Amino acid sequence: MPATRDVKPRNGDVLLLVGTMKGAFIFRSDEKRKSWDVGGPYFPGSAVYAMAYDGRAGRHRVWAAPHSMHWGGVLRSSDDFGKNWTNPESAPIKFPESAGVALNQIWQIAPGRETESDTLYCGVEPAALFVSRDAGETWSLNEGLWNHPQRERWVPGGGGMCLHTILLDPRSLDRIRIAVSTAGMYVTEDGGETWRPSNKGVRADFLPEKYPEFGQCVHKVVQSKVNPDRMFLQNHWGLYRSDDSGEKWKDVAKGVPSDFGFAMAIHPEDPDCAWIVPLESDGFRCTPEGKLRVYRTQNAGKSWDAMTKGLPQKDAYETVLRDAMANDPLDPAGVYFGTRNGKLFGSSDEGKKWSQLADGLPAVVSVNAVSISLPRKR
Amino acid sequence: MSLVFVIPGPLRELAGNRAEVRVKSSAESASKALTLLWAECPGVRDRVVTEIGEVRPHVNIFIDGESIKFTGGLASPVRDGAEIVILPALSGG
Repeated sequence: MPATRDVKPRNGDVLLLVGTMKGAFIFRSDEKRKSWDVGGPYFPGSAVYAMAYDGRAGRHRVWAAPHSMHWGGVLRSSDDFGKNWTNPESAPIKFPESAGVALNQIWQIAPGRETESDTLYCGVEPAALFVSRDAGETWSLNEGLWNHPQRERWVPGGGGMCLHTILLDPRSLDRIRIAVSTAGMYVTEDGGETWRPSNKGVRADFLPEKYPEFGQCVHKVVQSKVNPDRMFLQNHWGLYRSDDSGEKWKDVAKGVPSDFGFAMAIHPEDPDCAWIVPLESDGFRCTPEGKLRVYRTQNAGKSWDAMTKGLPQKDAYETVLRDAMANDPLDPAGVYFGTRNGKLFGSSDEGKKWSQLADGLPAVVSVNAVSISLPRKR
Repeated sequence: MSLVFVIPGPLRELAGNRAEVRVKSSAESASKALTLLWAECPGVRDRVVTEIGEVRPHVNIFIDGESIKFTGGLASPVRDGAEIVILPALSGG
């Protein structure tokens, strides 16, 4: 097994939690974000589709969901930035016997809101939501979603039938939106007891009925922290905005080379600003014309600008997957993304200029960007 | 009466850093034999079988050198004194 290095973060540093098909890495920089140390590889050989940082209640805890092809997936955590990881005897996340299925993959780890500092959520494959109320010690299946009568008609997308997006409304502990490929979005307004599909205006080009109640292949949804009514959605064909917390969606794909793609990020302060990486068709799934271009809107999707400075513009056939793009909360915001070809790019000025932070990583499947400083005053 | 379990390298941390686990008992079937191993090394269980009790698809279990895939799966018979080897399957990329 490869030798593992560790990073030694200080308060104020930015960390990139990078999950790949063969392990996890932690990139560290100070707030200038010009040079980066690399920790890892952690869990070499295991696919790490989900990582998260929990800085609530005085913690500095990194979560990871390594999945070994042989030994399955176990949720693990580190309180010293990767030097030591838990290795629980019993897998913390598993389906109850009554469900009759086995966990295939953990796709998303979402720490709860600041006011529920011991709560965490996980989205998994087969599509289901798990919740922990004791800081990740024990987990339970959300029965309301699991027993939804429409679930039997959900079908797997190319990546499997995964619950990959969890959006926690900061205004209400009871309101959670999730997205499943391929089922679309569902929302609860009673803390998970009941769920309803919420896909109005989102297209399903692969079905006879183009605007079904559910069944859309939603790839990623992001929500503004300062205006939670504002969301952007990257669909399997279709790029959308919502101004009413996801109740209705408006197509905003004007000016992009393709409305197919996976990854999205939204500005930490400006709800009109988001970043995407369009891909060419659902057959090719690579950057159009061999040009690696991030597109940014600063007017809520009325127009999109290509951000290319520092990114390869020739023979760059890259794929950026649904969780492989993230932004940090600093000002100006840093934006980061990883590719299936193992490249990691970053910008410390909201996409105006890009640097290649790494090359030769295993295929990147998830990127999280966090600041371990105290929350910024507004 | 005894059974010997051979633990693969990646799981030894969960078996008290042992390469072999010997239990002074016997079992009629692979399933019952593994239950004895789970009692001795509970952390090995979730790595070898799923929550619905199936051997993970990329894990092989051999009893006295024969894969249980060809002898009846978890119902395979186990003789007293058998050696039960757990190995990762040839897979990956």
